[in-house]
Amino acid sequence: MENTITAQDIIRDGELVFKKTACLTDNVLSYCPGCGHGVAHRILMEVIDEMGIQSQTIGVSPVGCSVLAYDFMNIDMQGAAHGRAPAVATGIKRVFPNKFVFTYQGDGDLAAIGTAETIHACNRGENIVIIFINNGIYGMTGGQMAPTTLPNMKSSTTPYGRDVKMMGHPIKMTEIVATLPGTCFVTRQAVHTPAAVNRSKKAIRKAFENQKLNKGLSFIEIVSNCNSGWKMTPVKSNKWMEENMFPYYPLGDIKDL
Amino acid sequence: MAKIKGTILVDIDKCKGCELCVVACPSNVIKLASDVNGKGYHFAYMEIPDACTGCVNCALVCPDSVITVHRLRPKSVQTV
Repeated sequence: MENTITAQDIIRDGELVFKKTACLTDNVLSYCPGCGHGVAHRILMEVIDEMGIQSQTIGVSPVGCSVLAYDFMNIDMQGAAHGRAPAVATGIKRVFPNKFVFTYQGDGDLAAIGTAETIHACNRGENIVIIFINNGIYGMTGGQMAPTTLPNMKSSTTPYGRDVKMMGHPIKMTEIVATLPGTCFVTRQAVHTPAAVNRSKKAIRKAFENQKLNKGLSFIEIVSNCNSGWKMTPVKSNKWMEENMFPYYPLGDIKDL
Repeated sequence: MAKIKGTILVDIDKCKGCELCVVACPSNVIKLASDVNGKGYHFAYMEIPDACTGCVNCALVCPDSVITVHRLRPKSVQTV
């Protein structure tokens, strides 16, 4: 008898359990197939939708793959010069203290050119949320080595792998900002499995709740894949990320006040 | 025993065929089609619709949010 239930019956009689959130626009994402940016965008917008703060949220988009985030997020957005998103967010939050302000940055933006802005915004304890997508590479410009590139990891500017003697060690921004007194919640998450997506979403929710309570800066790193830059299929890149990125960038809460 | 039944709707035109939903599905319901969509991607579809439980795993990992999930609980549970 069960076999007679068709998809139409389930849609008609059943409940809708998952639908794309209304806080995302209908535009097709410009990201490569399987890129973690899409999931990060979605869970961020789901949190904003669930908290009912769509009209009170201002996002700051960076330079990098997510430079077009304002095209996909159905909220007020501001573009920032390369790496300066935390400085721009600081200004917005100080002018509009009752709005929710977040920045959405990649590792080339936040950990390379924007290191100073990031560290000082964290040190001042600006009441904003920073979402940091770490894929260990400059994705948009063609897979060059970023400060977060792993030792011996190949990129277009390190074809024989990153030589730490010459190029230094990968920078752990999340651990660095956790030592600063201005941050209240510092965590590292991922979006490659359903469980990881749920944990990341909870972390983002917590960050926005912290902002509501004026607790200080919340910093969320999301370790993501860059299958185009890494020259792998999406499934293989997620596996590679688990095997190589996670030992160096361990997941979990680093600071939670 | 009646089990929970689910079904997914895939926005074929926006699917980029990244295969993450195929890996995430615990019931191996989803496969990539041999056909391609307007952009040339092999889109995801339900190969074994009867096995779908509406667990939402595929929709959670879909980067392009193209999957909508419906779920039907068994009659015995549904009635008040």
